Amino acid sequence: MSIIVWQLGTVVSIVPETPRVKTFTLKLPNWTPHRAGQHYDLRLTADGGYQAERSYSVASPPEQRGEIALTVELVEEGEVSGYLFEGVAVGDELEVRGPIGGYFVWRGEPTSPPLLLVGGGSGVVPLMAMLRHRQHLGLRTPAALLFSVRTPEEVIYKAELEAMAQADDSFALLLDYTRQAPPGWAGYQRRIDAAMLAEVVARFGTATPQAFVCGPTGLVEAVANGLQAAGLPPEAILTERFGPTGG
Amino acid sequence: MGFFTNKGFQPKRASNPKLPPGQYETTDFPVLTAGPTPRINLTNWEFRLEGLVEEPVKWSWEEFNQLPMQDFNPDIHCVTKWSKFDTHWRGVSVDTLLEHVQLKPEAQFVTEFSYGGYTTNLPLADLRNGKAFVGLVYDGQPLTPEHGGPARLVVPHLYFWKSAKWVQGLRFTAQDEPGFWERGGYSMYGDPWKEQRYRDDDDDAASASSIRL
Repeated sequence: MSIIVWQLGTVVSIVPETPRVKTFTLKLPNWTPHRAGQHYDLRLTADGGYQAERSYSVASPPEQRGEIALTVELVEEGEVSGYLFEGVAVGDELEVRGPIGGYFVWRGEPTSPPLLLVGGGSGVVPLMAMLRHRQHLGLRTPAALLFSVRTPEEVIYKAELEAMAQADDSFALLLDYTRQAPPGWAGYQRRIDAAMLAEVVARFGTATPQAFVCGPTGLVEAVANGLQAAGLPPEAILTERFGPTGG
Repeated sequence: MGFFTNKGFQPKRASNPKLPPGQYETTDFPVLTAGPTPRINLTNWEFRLEGLVEEPVKWSWEEFNQLPMQDFNPDIHCVTKWSKFDTHWRGVSVDTLLEHVQLKPEAQFVTEFSYGGYTTNLPLADLRNGKAFVGLVYDGQPLTPEHGGPARLVVPHLYFWKSAKWVQGLRFTAQDEPGFWERGGYSMYGDPWKEQRYRDDDDDAASASSIRL
């Protein structure tokens, strides 16, 4: 498989997803297929040789050959995200290496168990790669995304997720607004808790889903504990945590 | 690729000789784990030394807490790029633990094993001579579960995944046997100063060709 060496990708598009989140699509000279859920390291180098590195999850599915989409949240005082938002334009080059990570991945085999995805904020990014991969494969493995955000404007990939849910009965999109819901909202509007997780797990009937949980540490801790309380065994719960210092 | 620079990119943070390459300083204590945090009942807790030893030993929680403890104030470096300086721990030096076993001569490597199934590997020499300890107290408080409590191994001169959370014991081996992240393509050794994040970063080209992500 891939040797993880640095390569220069070319930015082919920059798409704003929310006021604080953008997707950078890079064309790579040495692209290798990733698994949904993996990440790339991105490295910035200043004239004096100073370097700063961060890891970003790949949002695109492996079917999107030759390029990777990295969805980046602008972090307060973020050295790398700040430069990406202010200093990078289409046509610029960025140094990356990957794909990396062999654990928080979904292969999308026809025999894979149902997919229970729980994301908080930009934690949805690797989960989106899984959903896009599933869509490309045409799988009807039951899947649900419980996506917790503070306000409606923070829903990354909103239109695409809604279209996916419209077109596919076997996929449920469960948005959860913790601070401010849209007018007339009938869905979840509180921090994810054990009762909510029990309801989501119950959607899968007697099947044991494979859970992928990604977001800030507090959310991941609460969800991993709540899913166990709802009856999932620990090995059915995979987690990836975004610290508050994602840079 | 060494000559590439990002135009207009300026460091926002002052350089610090305590910071290994590719790392940045944080004052938070971020958490990185692959699965749920195990909840460990102290009445059943034990710590074991096993594998290539003449006589395995194990301690209960009560017994372990009666071992001589020391304060440690290491800088720690996580492979996910954050470093945290001058952390405050109290715990038992691995040297103290090793006084209780007779190692077999072929014991050269160690697998740290944990509640919840985590493992990580390193050379035995990297645990000796004051290089590593089992931390029980962090910032004056019992170590919390999300940071590896009740007890985590701390090997501060290597990337922090070599410091097993929820540690249950040390298994002494003759060969360097890859642990949880190492089997997934992470470095066998993990020296932050050589930026050995992944297997391809390791010095040994032979080991680099044997496992790929």
